[in-house]
This record gives sequence, C-alpha cells and structure tokens, in this order.
Amino acid sequence: MKKIIQSEWVSRLIDASLPVFAALAALLLGAVMLFLLKVNPIEAYKALWDGAFGSTNAFAETLVKATPLLLVGLGICISFRGDVINIGGEGQMIIGAILATWVGLNFTGLPGWLVITLSMFAGFLGGAIWGGIPGVLKAYFRVNEILSTVMMNAIAVQMMNFLLRGPMIDPSQAELASKIPQTARLLEIFRLPRLAPTRLHLGALIAVILAVLVYILLWRTTLGYRIRAVGQNPNASRYAGIKVQRYVVLALLLSGAFSGMAGATQVFGVNYRMITDGSSSGFTGSAGFNGIVAALFGQLHPILTIPASILFGALLVGANKMQRVVQVPSALIIALNGLVVVFVVSSEFWRRRRQRRRLAAAKQNDESPPQSDPEQYQQVESGA
Amino acid sequence: MDFTVILQAGIASGTVLLFATIGELFSERAGVLNLGVEGMMLIGAMSAFSTTIATGNPWLGVLVAMLFAGLISQIHAFIVITLQADQVVSGLSLTFLGAGISLVLGEGLSKAGTVALLPDFSIPLLTLIPIIGKIFFTNQSVLVYVGYLLVPLSWYYINRTRPGLHLRAVGEYPSAADALGINVFRMRYFYVFVGGMLAGLAGATISLAVSPGWFSELTTGGQGWIAIGLVIFAQWDPFRAAVGAYAFGALRRLILDIQGPLVLLGFANPFYYNPYLGFFLQMLPYLFTVVVLVIGSREAMRKRIGAPAALGNPYVRGERGK
Repeated sequence: MKKIIQSEWVSRLIDASLPVFAALAALLLGAVMLFLLKVNPIEAYKALWDGAFGSTNAFAETLVKATPLLLVGLGICISFRGDVINIGGEGQMIIGAILATWVGLNFTGLPGWLVITLSMFAGFLGGAIWGGIPGVLKAYFRVNEILSTVMMNAIAVQMMNFLLRGPMIDPSQAELASKIPQTARLLEIFRLPRLAPTRLHLGALIAVILAVLVYILLWRTTLGYRIRAVGQNPNASRYAGIKVQRYVVLALLLSGAFSGMAGATQVFGVNYRMITDGSSSGFTGSAGFNGIVAALFGQLHPILTIPASILFGALLVGANKMQRVVQVPSALIIALNGLVVVFVVSSEFWRRRRQRRRLAAAKQNDESPPQSDPEQYQQVESGA
Repeated sequence: MDFTVILQAGIASGTVLLFATIGELFSERAGVLNLGVEGMMLIGAMSAFSTTIATGNPWLGVLVAMLFAGLISQIHAFIVITLQADQVVSGLSLTFLGAGISLVLGEGLSKAGTVALLPDFSIPLLTLIPIIGKIFFTNQSVLVYVGYLLVPLSWYYINRTRPGLHLRAVGEYPSAADALGINVFRMRYFYVFVGGMLAGLAGATISLAVSPGWFSELTTGGQGWIAIGLVIFAQWDPFRAAVGAYAFGALRRLILDIQGPLVLLGFANPFYYNPYLGFFLQMLPYLFTVVVLVIGSREAMRKRIGAPAALGNPYVRGERGK
C-alpha cells in the first residue's frame, strides 16, 4: 500500500518533469545540428548561456524578452483550455499596440499614470477586438479559428504598415525624404517605469501578476470553469445549460486581449514608439508565435508559463550572442523552438501510457481505494 | 492592361496553391490534419533553389524539394500516428521547424543570383483557342501543366480506384477499414508523405518557376495557410480545390499588376496615384480567405457534407472507433 503511494509520487514527479526532458532532448538534437553546421556545440551553448544569464544586463534582457511571451502565453492558456486554437497572437499584438500608441500620442495633457493605465486598457481592447472577430466567426459561422486567426495576422500587418506610413507617421519623418515608417516617440512620463538600472520594465511585473489572475480566473471563477467545460466537452456543457457559443467567443476574445497587452507593453516599455519593417516579426519579434510555444511548454498552466517564458526568452536573447560568437544563423532558434514543441507533444505519449498502466495496476489491486487514480481526479480539479 | 496576361500569370501563381492544397487534401482525406504546410513549402522552396544552384539542374531541385519536404512531414506522421499526439500542436511545431531549418540552411541563398529555371513552353494547337489558349496553354511553366494533370488524376484516384476507396475509408471510419484488413497506420503515413511531397513541390514551384529566388520566410508569404483554408473551401474535392487555387492565384497577380499602369479602364489609376491603397490591396487575399471559409463552412453545413469523419483523431486499435 505504502509502496504504491510512493510510486505515485515518483511517477507524478516524472510526469511534471517530462517537458524538461523534452527540452533537453531538443537541445541535444540542436547540438547535432550545430555539429553538422561545423560549429562546436559546447562553445555555441556556452555563448547562448552567457548571452541569456551571463550578467545582470543579460538576465534583464532575458526577462524583457520573456514579458511578451508570458502575456501571449497567458492568453493561449485561456483559449487552448477552451479548445480554441489562437494562432493570431501576432496580429492581436499589433492591433493592441496601435490602439495603445494612439492613446499615448493623443492624450498628452493627462498625467502619466493615467495615460499608461488607459493605454494598457487600449491594448487589451485592441487585442480583444482582433481576437473576438475570429471568435464570432467560429461560434456563429463555424469558420475554423486556426485559419481565420492566421489571416487576421496578415491583415493586421498591412493595417500597421498603412497607419505607420500614413495617418500615424511621425510628423518629423513625414517631412523628410526617408519617411521611415514609425510613429512619434512617446513622452518620457508615459513610459513604463524601469524596475532596476537595466531595461527591465514594469510590464514584467504586470505580466506576473496577470499570470496569478489568469490562474484564479481559470480555476476559481465560474467564467473560467465554463470556458474549461466547453473546451473539454461542448455537448455536455450545452446540456448543462452553458451557452457554448458565447464562451467560445469569450475564450478567443480574452486570449486576444492578453496578446494586445503584450503589444502595448512592447511599445510603452521597450521601444517607446511603433516602427515597422513591413513584416509582423519586425515589431513583435515573433512573440505572438513563441508565446504559444511557451504556454504549451508550461502545460497550459498560467503559473508554469512564467518559467517557460523565461526559458524561451533566454533562448531568444542567447541566440543573438550565439550568432555573434560562433557565426550560426539565429534562425536556428526557430528550429530549436519547433523541436522543443515536437518533443513536448511527443512526451505526452509516455505520460498517457504510464497513466494507463497505473490504472490497470490499480484495477488489479483490490485494496486500493477508489481515488487511487490521481490523474483522473486532478484532471477535473486543476485541468492539468 | 491586358487581363489575359494577368490571368495567364495568375494560373502560374495559382499552381503553387494547387499543389499545396491537393497535398493537404490527400493527408486530410486519410484523417491527418497537417498544419505544417507553410513549413514544408519553405523547406521545398529552399532545397529546390539551393540544389539547383549546386547542380545546375532544376529537375534535381524539384526532386530534392519533394523528398526533403516529404521527409519532414514524416516527423508529423510519427508524432500523430504512432505517438497519437495532438495534430494541431504537432502541425504548428512543424511550421516552426520547417521555417527554422529552411532559414538556417537558406542563409546566404538570397544573394545567390540567377539559376537555371524550369522550362516554359506552349502546347501546339491548344494555344490557338481564343482567350483560353492564351491563358492556359501559352508560355506556361512545365509545372503548370503538371498541375492540370494532377487535378483529374487525383479526383479519379480518390473516387474511382480501389486504393482511393481505402484512402477514404481510413479517413472516414478507420476501425472499419482496419477490420477489413487495410493497414490504417501505413496508409496514413503514406498520405502524409504524399502531402509533404506536394507541399515541397509547391515550394519548388515558387523558387524555380513563379517568382524565382529565395527570400527567406517571405518566399511563401502565408500561402501554406491559404492552402489549408482552400481545402475546407474545396470540401475535400480536387476540382473545387483547383477552382479555388487558380482564383486565388489570379487575385494575387491582379493585386501586383493593378498598381503598375497610370491609366486603368480609361481613368487615372487610383492604385498608382495613392500608394496607401496598396496596403489594402495586400489585405485582400487574406480577407478573401476568411470570406471563402465562411462560404465553404456554410455550404458544408447546408449540404451536410463535412470534413472526413476521423480528421484530427488518432487511430488507436481496440478503442471504440470514432
């Protein structure tokens, strides 16, 4: 009896650490790729580590990069839990940033704290609109949300390119021949305060607080419960009287809102203006996509997504250093991110298989109490 | 502005979408959703271009593109068929993986200059048909003609042959197919591979024929995603896929070409004189995809035809079939 309990603890520990093994496996395969590119993998990974954690500034930079990943990832936690796949983080970030920037540039008479608050809400709103449209299309027109969110990304990019060259262009740039597509700089009092003598800004703290709030939302409120219920079984939810369509829209809308805030914090905490190179990654740094990776790595749990975002922030920052030191294309990190997800998804297989075996073992053991199936129990309780 | 010229170019650029769409169609008919089309197309475009640079033989480029993309698709196949993991997440990771690998291996390729491209030719006699001859059969790349053949052949294969029947069975009711002795797992692996090869061919069509060169992730510019959308619009039918693909190809060309001339239909061309309108033109293909998805989904609902029943579900032997 005691032995069973012990082994349950051990196996739950193994389950929890599976993503770590997955990440290690990905790094190992990355090492093989580096080797094939005729680069010493140890040297490359040392540069990566130094770039991400080597100094206070490096670590701060990692956290700065992790902030949008976490915010996008929080939205992903909500939508994926509701069985709604939101690939539109890029577009939602852009629209959120545009609205926030507009607030920052037009309400110059108001006090700083108020404008910052308003613009964060504007970012929230912008992302919510851009996520809500695919939500409505999915709920009421049965349009596949994966595709519509991808299309909304492309539409948002052109919207940004138009606004930053047209109506929102920096007035001083409009007069120059170069016409760099960027907005004017935000006033100094409108910028998110720095947390240390580094580039780390208040946005990081906001993101962590929001992570706790999303946890509460998902597991301590009716709204969150319903989103998860709809995600696990829409038919049962419908019979239980939940308006399924409404919660599908809400899941995407909330998900988009967090991405929108990610966009707003990028403008108010990092760049202090919007600037475009014509692509979405030029503004977002692909955070809209990498946030999905971070959330999946954090097992779609808002709190676990915090360390996951830091890990991927570190990979992104470290990749730049790696590129400089050992001369490998920084796009290797995109491949590495893909590999991490590949391994995380694959590791699910072993988790499920071990779970099945445990169930079988529990069935054979007459003495085991009914709740000797902690996985099943946990799934309802925490959705993990 | 000569519209037949635009349509002629539109057919060529639609061929890219056609290959990717038909490829995804095969994979989905077998019950496997592969969202990694964009990644596989990038792999195809990159490997076709770099092989052609290295060997000077574009045919070898096409072959390598198809094999490499097919190989990459097998990662997805292994994860979702053997490991029974979530097809959406795995497909997404394939998009990242394909983009990452092609960007790493394609570093520096954009400065490579010109390469030997696939030949263009006209079909004698058929070119004499007014308008249609000009649009479909004059100075098109050899791959465009391959596309013309692929559409009816795929339709015939899926709907009128024995292996096609097996393919549909595997996608609609895998446990019944299994009971009849069809190897569901092997079939799914095979059709995911076919999908990968056709996505690779689509990539090669871009880099060796339609808009030659390697422009990192802009080479495909989201066409892989549009292709997945077109499969839904096509309701898993090759002929409808062709209509959608060519229409989108024509739209893409129209957007490029409409901004050129000073005079349009006797009026001053607003797209030339107001460059801001260009951004809205660029949105059109994506807006159209959304519209097409709405139409496709509604029609499917009305006619009660939908995706292959087993699409997205792993097949587990011994479990109650879905």
